[in-house]
Amino acid sequence: MSAPLLSLNEVTRTYTSRKGLFGTPVAVQAVAGVSLEVRPGETLGIVGESGSGKSTMGRMALGLEAPDSGSVRFDGAAMPDPGSESWRSLRKRAQMVFQDPLGALDRRLPVADQIGEPLEIHGIGDKAARAAAIARSLEMTGLSADHGRRFPHELSGGQRQRVIIARALITDPELLVCDEPVSALDVSIQAQVVNLLIDLQAERGLAMIFISHDLRVVRQISQRVAVMYLGHIVEEGTAEEVLRDPQHPYTRALVSAAPVPGARQRQRVILTGEPPNPAARPSGCAFHPRCPLATDRCRAEMPVLTRLAPGRRAACHLIQHTPAGMAAK
Amino acid sequence: MAGPLIRIEGLRVAFDGAPAVRGVDFAIHRGEALGIVGESGSGKSVTWLAALRLLPEKAVVEGRVSLDDDNLLEAPIERMEHLRGGRIGMIFQDPASALNPVLTIRRQMAEALALHRGLSGKSIDAEARRLLDLVGIPDAAGRLKSYPHEMSGGQNQRVMIAMALAGNPDLLIADEPTTALDVTIQAQILDLLQLVRRETDMALVLISHDLGVVAENCDRVAVMYAGRVVEEAPARTLFEAPRHPYTRGLIDALPTLDAPRRLVAIPGVVPDPRRMPPGCAFSPRCAHAAPACLGAVPELRRLEPGRRIACARAAELDLQPAATALPAETARPEVRA
Ligand SMILES: Nc1ncnc2c1ncn2[C@@H]1O[C@H](COP(=O)(O)OP(=O)(O)OP(=O)(O)O)[C@@H](O)[C@H]1O
Ligand SMILES: Nc1ncnc2c1ncn2[C@@H]1O[C@H](COP(=O)(O)OP(=O)(O)OP(=O)(O)O)[C@@H](O)[C@H]1O
Ligand code: SF4
Ligand SMILES: [Mg+2]
Ligand SMILES: [Mg+2]
Repeated sequence: MSAPLLSLNEVTRTYTSRKGLFGTPVAVQAVAGVSLEVRPGETLGIVGESGSGKSTMGRMALGLEAPDSGSVRFDGAAMPDPGSESWRSLRKRAQMVFQDPLGALDRRLPVADQIGEPLEIHGIGDKAARAAAIARSLEMTGLSADHGRRFPHELSGGQRQRVIIARALITDPELLVCDEPVSALDVSIQAQVVNLLIDLQAERGLAMIFISHDLRVVRQISQRVAVMYLGHIVEEGTAEEVLRDPQHPYTRALVSAAPVPGARQRQRVILTGEPPNPAARPSGCAFHPRCPLATDRCRAEMPVLTRLAPGRRAACHLIQHTPAGMAAK
Repeated sequence: MAGPLIRIEGLRVAFDGAPAVRGVDFAIHRGEALGIVGESGSGKSVTWLAALRLLPEKAVVEGRVSLDDDNLLEAPIERMEHLRGGRIGMIFQDPASALNPVLTIRRQMAEALALHRGLSGKSIDAEARRLLDLVGIPDAAGRLKSYPHEMSGGQNQRVMIAMALAGNPDLLIADEPTTALDVTIQAQILDLLQLVRRETDMALVLISHDLGVVAENCDRVAVMYAGRVVEEAPARTLFEAPRHPYTRGLIDALPTLDAPRRLVAIPGVVPDPRRMPPGCAFSPRCAHAAPACLGAVPELRRLEPGRRIACARAAELDLQPAATALPAETARPEVRA
């Protein structure tokens, strides 16, 4: 077993936001104590409701934002402060791919120039070496030299997303954080990008954090999955285990709600109640207002993320109560 | 069997000379749910916006849309205004544009209830509360006083559904009604639409880019590509045995919750409407394209009862699922914690 490339230890992050111009500021705890590890060459999928803290967690994993408490370690060393010299050199080794490829690109520059940007920023290589690296990055992501000469709006959505991936890969990073990288793409194009990420990961031993609200894509690409709800991880395990045999009631609802053609007679767990509001976290288990199994204990006491089996964790009182079989049916 | 509730025939729409819809036919019966899927830009929304006369002036629309004996494309605009929000409810793709930001939810709902249901005073409030309850908005009475910006995206989406249902529609056109929502909320809303449909015998047109959503919620599914319907079949049949290469491609590209497999992407991109390839619009991306495909545009032909396909080679092709093994799986490191 290799040492983790990235580890988050009890990280928290709270934002203060104001409702309306003169409203009183409210504290929103976006990430409320998350610990996780990513090993070299491994893909960790992160799923969860909108607002559950996935993107915030991803930014902290890259050191783009410092946690309010807790710690982030990359390759055994503490994450340097954002903007510092050592932080800048670390950026080469860990890169981010965002959801909106058009927003992440400059419309006035040919995409090849933008793919080479990280090399300039980090002062890597001379002109010829950079050109060679750009050509390699284009090829690796299935783009031609001609694509490289085009402007962003002259490419399709899938091609633009490849440009973003090509740019993220050009410094030969060890970790890639992908935040909803295929959500804006059509199914037929989405498959191109998903395959590309899987291949790159296998060929280059990349470690990846893959954030998505689409369980089906996460299943496709991840070895391990963590499920977030209101700033906490509520379940974690191999993709196979978590999605075939979910333990936490929220994961169960999520899995049963994933629309699948050809599986019409499935039993579904339809949740009632409102989507979670991070500014008004419920007492006890944050999921209790929507949980079909909630008891008094769930309303009063917060369940801790407990180890169920090697590599398998869940945070639910009902699961803890049956330590022998992980079966809160 | 009674005739269809609504029938679209030979619908064509062009913007500034660029065709967006290139000859579309649909017939929908009472109580039926028709799903429409297809690539972004394939004309799913424009088809129904045209049928309801909601496109800007510059759109050139041809064809016929019959509801009862009327051709909606030629009906007086007052009649259209009466139908929209009345017999035909609509949920639009972009929720922000559909609710008026300066009016309370009550005001917006009251308008629809007065116009289409002839309600007034107290009965408006009662009915508005019932509708908000129905779509699962807690504290409906309190929420009537809210403005759209005071509610979450998911709540506004549900208010729009409540408003679309306010006129007791015979037909509900739901354009990506759940795309912006989380899957657990999405499941809640789709469930609700099914319930209303069963209770009121309402017909439903569900436009979605998600084949899974459409498969689970519709009786019949039409697949659109580049402004035309390329295949239409009962939902089950379509997903079990697609007969158009584009439909096959969509299904092979779809990730599932089962064991990972190599997704099969469709190469290339959709054609530019101003530079349509000759013959079948899918031919540049189709693995089965043959000279026969490059002649005339393939007609949407009925090959079996209830099943239409627009492919020049439909009769001879036997489309098997793409190889499902995932070669990369062996290469991917098995990670144990
Ligand atoms: N810069 C910020 N300022 C104030 N609040 C923020 C900020 N960034 C995030 N938040 C809040 O923190 C919570 C978590 O946000 P985050 O973007 O991490 O969620 P997410 O899981 O990525 O959601 P989504 O699926 O919608 O992208 C949300 O309530 C969000 O409004
Ligand atoms: N008002 C308009 N003016 C000009 N072109 C338009 C207009 N509305 C739509 N179009 C074009 O018509 C074509 C069909 O668009 P439509 O909105 O029907 O696609 P769609 O299938 O609904 O796609 P999506 O899945 O992205 O919603 C597109 O090429 C679009 O750019
Ligand atoms: S008509 Fe030809 S090109 Fe078009 S889908 Fe059929 S086989 Fe493919
Ligand atoms: Mg996010
Ligand atoms: Mg649309």
